[in-house]
Amino acid sequence: MVATAIINPENLVYARPKGFTDTPSHYCPGCTHGTAHRLVAEVLEEMNLLDKTIGVAPVGCAVFAYNYIDVDFVEAAHGRAPAMATGIKRVWPDRVVFTYQGDGDLASIGMAETVHAAARGENITIIFINNAIYGMTGGQMAPTTLPGMKTTSSPNGRDVETQGYPIRMAEMLATLDGAGYVVRRSLHDPANIRKAKKAIRTAFETQVHGLGFSMVELLSTCSTGWGVSPVESLTWLEEHMIPAFPLGDYKIAPSVAALKI
Amino acid sequence: MAREMWKGNEAIAEAAVRAGVEAYFGYPITPQNEVLEYLSRRMPELGRAFVQAESEPAAINMVYGAACTGARVMTSSSSPGISLMMEGLSYIAGTEVPMVLVNVMRGGPGLGNIAPSQGDYNQICKGGGHGDYHPIVLAPASIQEAVDLMPVAFDLAHKYLNICCILIDGSIGQMMEPVILPEMQPVVRKEYDWAVSGAKGRKRHVLSSIYLDVPTEEKVNLRLLGRWREAQANEIRFKEYFLEDAEYIVIGFGTAGRIALSAVRAARALGIKVGLFRPISVNPFPYKRVEELCKQAQSILVVEMNTGQMLKDVETAVRTRVPIRFYGRLGGVMPFPDEFVHEIQEMIKNPGKPEDDPADLWYQRMMAR
Repeated sequence: MVATAIINPENLVYARPKGFTDTPSHYCPGCTHGTAHRLVAEVLEEMNLLDKTIGVAPVGCAVFAYNYIDVDFVEAAHGRAPAMATGIKRVWPDRVVFTYQGDGDLASIGMAETVHAAARGENITIIFINNAIYGMTGGQMAPTTLPGMKTTSSPNGRDVETQGYPIRMAEMLATLDGAGYVVRRSLHDPANIRKAKKAIRTAFETQVHGLGFSMVELLSTCSTGWGVSPVESLTWLEEHMIPAFPLGDYKIAPSVAALKI
Repeated sequence: MAREMWKGNEAIAEAAVRAGVEAYFGYPITPQNEVLEYLSRRMPELGRAFVQAESEPAAINMVYGAACTGARVMTSSSSPGISLMMEGLSYIAGTEVPMVLVNVMRGGPGLGNIAPSQGDYNQICKGGGHGDYHPIVLAPASIQEAVDLMPVAFDLAHKYLNICCILIDGSIGQMMEPVILPEMQPVVRKEYDWAVSGAKGRKRHVLSSIYLDVPTEEKVNLRLLGRWREAQANEIRFKEYFLEDAEYIVIGFGTAGRIALSAVRAARALGIKVGLFRPISVNPFPYKRVEELCKQAQSILVVEMNTGQMLKDVETAVRTRVPIRFYGRLGGVMPFPDEFVHEIQEMIKNPGKPEDDPADLWYQRMMAR
């Protein structure tokens, strides 16, 4: 039997989603950005939203998110993505608007924009990539860097006496009445990736139904920034990040819980 | 078309509504608060977007997002708030999307005060944000002129895919005068081939100000410059008063220009052949017209409520053809017409030489007072 004989539709178990371009990835080996991008693309395709979605890219490693996720996109200034998304959503209330932001972008320079978008109950979705480090600029300490964790700007490990403690964004935003759906998931193994996809789906459903602000925090790897191999980074995430950032549902508004997805 | 008493900031807000503004994002700061307050009622009434943002950086980035849809969008602020918006303004210029900015200047630097000033001429005309970009800046001298320029500002922003700023100061924002407001225009959202709306039945649109490829970024800069040169060629606006037989010319913009008109009238009553040139487009600046005026002027008096920021543009145009005298008041101090009349008389008595430094001589006089 020749190889081409098995290439037929009934044998297809895995393909590039429609919402995903065929651009070669610029991400490092072991990075979970690609997984997160793909999940967003899959969900938008499954919900039939590709032609009514506008994405807002951040500053950080995902600055080129629009090279991969095949929808209308704008590129924000560092941390300002939720404000930019607000501007778009207020002009196009019937479109789907999402931001895709890292921890430096969302929890440091863009903290005010993030918190106030949630407080307003802004009907946008945030995909929040938490890898505890600044990836693009070369591995500096992030607002989510763990105590004792070595980075290029905390070379002796994050000293909580002088450099403070990590911020748990999902827990914090869950206290706001404007938040409809705020959860934390992880991308370190297939089972968790499936759960992450389900959460991303629920977040976009929250927006489509006009139920307020939604955010999915995704614990992610940065093997280059952490200085470990791709495989080790998955283990490191599981062993160190999950205890510091527990997975779970931090805010599911009753109206969101009532959605049948 | 009734003449009605309107407060400057509220008239400007209503004029923006009538010019078809679809979305407004702002943050409270004196002396522009009434723009925000007025629109917080008016925009929702018309089903249009209004958000009081958490900060000026958030407000300008909401504008940035909304501008990417091709809608008519605006914000308003005052000096310290405009400083906070500079990052967003640079991104908006770099992304080539249109917006209108109302800048109600106050005394500075720093927290300064809430009195009228023209100290932010350089900030808005000469940059402020990073990179090579040139916003269009219109400086009305009355509430009527401000409301008349509002639809023009949106037209220019959309024609040149640029920032168009209405530059006024706290006195125009806060005072009341009779105005005739422009007609209500319907909201028309143009279908731009770059705007984001969800890629239904077309190729997707991506809007960004990032060009990692250096030669491409150079091309983008040249494209911005090309559009700016078009604006320089086509969008010069100014007003002239008593210039037909004028031997002496006063140049001032906005409120200083308006006070100068009173001074010029008073000087005329004294038999002095003096006229007023008032730039309305301060960016692009009417260099050519100022250059022409050198043919008839024995000397020129520049008046401003700053340390001589527009003076540099006048000097660029005059190029030591005729002597220039400068008079400025600072920090929120409003000059009286009498002060300008005195300056006109002093200029005639002692015109000085074309190569004198008018800002230096003014500083010496100020310190000797």
